[in-house]
Amino acid sequence: MAEIESCFVFNASTKQSIFLCFQASNESLKMELLADVPLLPGEERVIGKYKDIIYICPFNGPVKGRVFITNYRLFFRSVDVDPAVTLNVPLGVISRVEKMGGASSRGENSYGLDITCKDMRNLRFALKQEGHSRRDIFDILFRYAFPLSHGLQLFAFLSQEKYQENGWTVYNPVQEFRRQGLPNDQWRITFLNNNYELCDTYPTILVVPYSASDEDLRKVATFRSRGRIPVLSWIHPENQAVITRCSQPLVGMSGKRNRDDERYLDIIRATNKMTSKLTIFDARPNVNAVANKATGGGYEGEDAYQNAELVFLDIHNIHVMRESLKKLKDIVYPNVEESHWLSSLESTHWLEHIKLVLSGAIQVADKISTGSSVVVHCSDGWDRTAQLTSLAMLMLDSYYRTFRGFQVLLEKEWISFGHKFASRIGHGDKNHADADRSPIFLQFIDCVWQMTKQFPTAFEFNERLLVAVLDHLYSCRFGTFLYNCESARDANEVKMKTVSLWSFINSDRASYINPFYTVEFVHVLYPVASMRHLELWVSYYIRWNPRIRQQVRKGQICSSSTHLLGSTSQDHICILQLCQRGCTSVKMRSYCKMGFNGVEMLLYF
Amino acid sequence: MLSGGGGGSGGGGGGAGGGGGAGGGSGGGRSPKPSFVSYVTPEEINLTEKEISRKEKQPDLLQGEVIFCSASPIRKCTQDDFSQRGIFGSLFCTNFRISFISDETQLEEEEGQVFKNKLYGENDIPLTCVDNIYRGFDEKKKLITSGSVRNKYPSKIIIHCKDLRVFQFSLAFAKEEDAKKIFQGIVHHCLEPKSLKCIFAFSYSEKMTFSSENQTKLKTVMFDSMVDWAQEMKRTKGNCKLVSANADFNISTKLPQFFIVPLAVSEEDFTQFQGKGIPIWCWSHHSGCALFKTASLPLMQEDGCSQSYRTYMERMLNAVAQNHLYSVKTEELPETLPTIQDIQQSYNKFKQFFLVDNTTEFWMSDVKWFSSLENSGWLDIIRQCLTKAVEVVECLENENTNVLIMEEEGSDLCCVISSLVQVMLDPHFRTLEGFQSLVQKEWVAGGHHFLDRCNYLHKDKELQSPVFLLFLECVWQLLQQYAPAFQFSETYLTVLSDSVDVSVFSTFLFNSPHHRATTIQPVSLLAQKGPLNLPTVWDWSVQFNSAAQDFFTNPLYVEKSRQDKVPRKTFRPKHQRHQSLPSTAFKSSPKKSFFKDETDSLKKMLRVKRISRWLNPTDLTQSTTREFYEAWQRKPLDYHGLLLPCVDGPALRVWAQRYLRWLPEVQIFGGGAMTLEKKLVDLLAEVRELRGKLDWHCSVDFSHRGAAALAGSSVRLSSAFPFFVSRTWSFKPAIPSCLQKNLITGTFADKEDEDSECLGVI
Repeated sequence: MAEIESCFVFNASTKQSIFLCFQASNESLKMELLADVPLLPGEERVIGKYKDIIYICPFNGPVKGRVFITNYRLFFRSVDVDPAVTLNVPLGVISRVEKMGGASSRGENSYGLDITCKDMRNLRFALKQEGHSRRDIFDILFRYAFPLSHGLQLFAFLSQEKYQENGWTVYNPVQEFRRQGLPNDQWRITFLNNNYELCDTYPTILVVPYSASDEDLRKVATFRSRGRIPVLSWIHPENQAVITRCSQPLVGMSGKRNRDDERYLDIIRATNKMTSKLTIFDARPNVNAVANKATGGGYEGEDAYQNAELVFLDIHNIHVMRESLKKLKDIVYPNVEESHWLSSLESTHWLEHIKLVLSGAIQVADKISTGSSVVVHCSDGWDRTAQLTSLAMLMLDSYYRTFRGFQVLLEKEWISFGHKFASRIGHGDKNHADADRSPIFLQFIDCVWQMTKQFPTAFEFNERLLVAVLDHLYSCRFGTFLYNCESARDANEVKMKTVSLWSFINSDRASYINPFYTVEFVHVLYPVASMRHLELWVSYYIRWNPRIRQQVRKGQICSSSTHLLGSTSQDHICILQLCQRGCTSVKMRSYCKMGFNGVEMLLYF
Repeated sequence: MLSGGGGGSGGGGGGAGGGGGAGGGSGGGRSPKPSFVSYVTPEEINLTEKEISRKEKQPDLLQGEVIFCSASPIRKCTQDDFSQRGIFGSLFCTNFRISFISDETQLEEEEGQVFKNKLYGENDIPLTCVDNIYRGFDEKKKLITSGSVRNKYPSKIIIHCKDLRVFQFSLAFAKEEDAKKIFQGIVHHCLEPKSLKCIFAFSYSEKMTFSSENQTKLKTVMFDSMVDWAQEMKRTKGNCKLVSANADFNISTKLPQFFIVPLAVSEEDFTQFQGKGIPIWCWSHHSGCALFKTASLPLMQEDGCSQSYRTYMERMLNAVAQNHLYSVKTEELPETLPTIQDIQQSYNKFKQFFLVDNTTEFWMSDVKWFSSLENSGWLDIIRQCLTKAVEVVECLENENTNVLIMEEEGSDLCCVISSLVQVMLDPHFRTLEGFQSLVQKEWVAGGHHFLDRCNYLHKDKELQSPVFLLFLECVWQLLQQYAPAFQFSETYLTVLSDSVDVSVFSTFLFNSPHHRATTIQPVSLLAQKGPLNLPTVWDWSVQFNSAAQDFFTNPLYVEKSRQDKVPRKTFRPKHQRHQSLPSTAFKSSPKKSFFKDETDSLKKMLRVKRISRWLNPTDLTQSTTREFYEAWQRKPLDYHGLLLPCVDGPALRVWAQRYLRWLPEVQIFGGGAMTLEKKLVDLLAEVRELRGKLDWHCSVDFSHRGAAALAGSSVRLSSAFPFFVSRTWSFKPAIPSCLQKNLITGTFADKEDEDSECLGVI
């Protein structure tokens, strides 16, 4: 029997729990220790130490300390408080900086700065009125938190970090399509978009039906919003049903039709003999789809697309999601709503939206596993569409639930297919009220988290990976999530000039591994999209609140398992004994090897 | 007594093949081998023909179980059945249960049933487990109350069980008289008032001999002897007086035979108010202070008695105070906690969310789930109890004052709070045996009115209240917050909560030790044999085999390692006297404690004001309790030390295993907490094996409790495992059918074309 190899890490360290209001991404890397603050290679101090600044901690009250700012972060450490309160905030998470109080302010700690962050917290600092310390700090923060608005470069381009692995090689589209068994007799790989001429927001390599000519593709592109034609995302290895993604058809008020588009969709349908009707999932609510006709968009009409059925999934647009998250922040930060927690939570609709996205993805996955092909689109096919296809793929294909596979999934469905990260997150941009900003990607990660909760042994990665991804979604330390699409990334030479998040993550794989991952042979995992099972991701959304003990169950289980399995030292003794006796079992040998290698206890089964 | 239904008596064992086939066919759609009969709808089958061909199956009766009536064919409608046609079979009503026996061969049932209850199967409903019966017509249902039944019978009955199962039986296919008989039988035995002796436990135990060796094997301390109490006091290093004067219930019928009081309580005090007002020792803190509970006296009455009440109460308070450092805090629990009626009402609302009749209804209710949950108030009641327990813990742990909790009977909320306090403070009560002993000590010996609260006899609905369940709920909250601290699992708590309604166990049958003693005694006199030997719920072998019992242990439990096992901290003198000056003790300081030499002033105080709340006003309580919690939270977590629950909104949750296990819509196939548990058990087994190989000299026990049951089984896990094993491993996902369409928040509906704006890049 083949040995199932999975790696287990029991991180016995409790270093994180020491900090009360502390940045969660705990970067214990080769940081240069400079003046008691670890700096990243390429990180430079842009402002000296400011003494006599007061951090108004919403949980422990005002704390006096020192602050200093680099081109990457804002660092605060308290003086005369034990244990020290530290803040380590990458400037990228700052969404807004404001002065509070004026010269006439009287109240205690009423004069200072108010910083709104993208990661569910606000920071307030009180300063002395004398001198120009506030103006200085404000100007520096404003400049370096929003470098693009000031003609500066994002930190990712300044970073000098080096890692063993090059994370940019994690995703190779041809390799990934080959893994899926493509090209085959029905689907071909096309380089038609090599110069982003067909569609400037799509990747260069696309998979299209074999029987559709390049000319057909060009014609279809004219009828799809921004030329985002239906292309293949995933193919079922057995029944050959496919998930294809695209943008809305340009039907408009007059109800235009396009023969090429209609024929193209029928070609897609015909690639799979079992599909008598192609299912088109329009992620939007019906009314929104109708409203889009006014601006030239629309949906596939019944008459025009005879062999297709259209299903609306009722997922709302970016504005609704943004407002929902705003409401959620209101009830969890700084204090958790006490008297009517549940009804307040309900009124944010955040989990309701999660439910809709998940149940949409379930429907997509269900169609595919019953053997019929689907087309997924929303308006432009880069927000809701990415959520639906990637979640459905996560349910259908266990590869995407592995540590590597998940990275590939993000690179493929989100990054390469042009989810507008730059616009949705607003990297380095001072315009905090930009209507293009929206937590679509966060919502997706939340859905993934919900799945990991429901299937605690099905994912090779753990919650820390999800949190790290979200932290670096904002941090601007890595190039991975910068820019809106591949063409923009190419133009800015992102792969050349920045480090990939995966270089960082993969250099510390052990920290992000779920010790309870079990390779399962069940192919499809359907989460339950009922409010009974959906819960608020407390360890992300409320992580800044020390009162809510970080009840990361897995963390608990890990630490308790360490107890159960015996202390590290005991194990080392065991391993020593084992080796002295020259154990022959392969299993045992790997057990030894791993035991010796890590400071942390590693068990290899 | 045995009155088999008309159809029932005939069949016998003959014609197994043919009869079975036809029966299966009439089941419609679920027969493994479709025969020509399958295509005929049940209505078309001639009833008499059916009767002849049917092979009557009977439930496997327990000792002392007799069938009252039966009827067939009865259609059981199943929720997870896509065809919605159901299964045909016979329905029986015995003195123990309502039992449905399917006509189909139940091969599938055997496989994968690791967690089989020996007393009742998945199609059995113990009579005491029936919560409500409805008559179903069209898509509606109407509650059936006792006495409302005349000669009619509905074509469909819906039974809601106390363990949250829902059964739907269609009576339309049975002969009219059978249907009438079974319906009236069920209603009679489940809803009409009856006498205690009709409860199945009595017929059961007459026939069964529960060897006392079985009982002695149990490590659970039963608290029915002097020794048990003495040992408990010794274990906690308590310094109180063990009283045996009530051994024959001469002092009071409300008090247990043996109990412990402060040293200063004298013999005369016992008899004064029939045991009311006596501070009963619950548990001693290692500092020396202790927790007491009492059935409070009506102090406010202005009749002649009130004076003697007051002086008596003063003396009792004094006695408690003298136990340790002359400090006492008293708490009249009903003043700040919900009444038993509130608890009952709230739970009634709450449980409705899980008694779902069909999928449409389920998804309808899903939309407003959180606010409905909040409106039921159930989680809030749990929060209040946990908070109150934390307050008491604070007094014992932080201030080292004695605490006396009071309540009219001293056997409802007093039990909840005192046992919660002990679970939080004493790791012994977080072990399986310790927890069971705690239930014996505080609930069984403590005289919780199980019989009234469970309302087995259908007498007074006003007295019914799920107080014990509330306690289990609170423990579950602690368990899910600090899993490694508990030796028992969530499954154990769920099973325990189910066992309350099985009506076989002496544990839950009586209102007090006196009630138990008097009920058991006369039988023995008549029959001239030893007193009735009713099984206790703690003898789990009555319900489960050892493999199933493995699910009761929590694989996450961190046993205390040997070197950690330091003796309990001995008395730690804490000079508190100077802290609490009598002048401020009653007026402003929330921390009331007093000296012996202050008794005079105390007496004066008592005359004008009753000492009830120690912490007042409530804001102050909250803030100190919050500080206490936060201070505790800052310390590293010790699973063998004090545990305090987080009671913030996001921390309190719904006990998913208990409440969601029967709902097909929310089964997570291939997922759920059990998958994690299984993995952990597998890992542990493997580590043990490795260890065993490593260490030549030491013989390692390879089997681990919990490992055996899970590791070997190839059962498909789901979130409802082990309670519900789906036969139709459904690859069909549940797709929410009723999504809220009005999510659009105002202005954004028309802004759909967000994405159509110009792309900023390139």
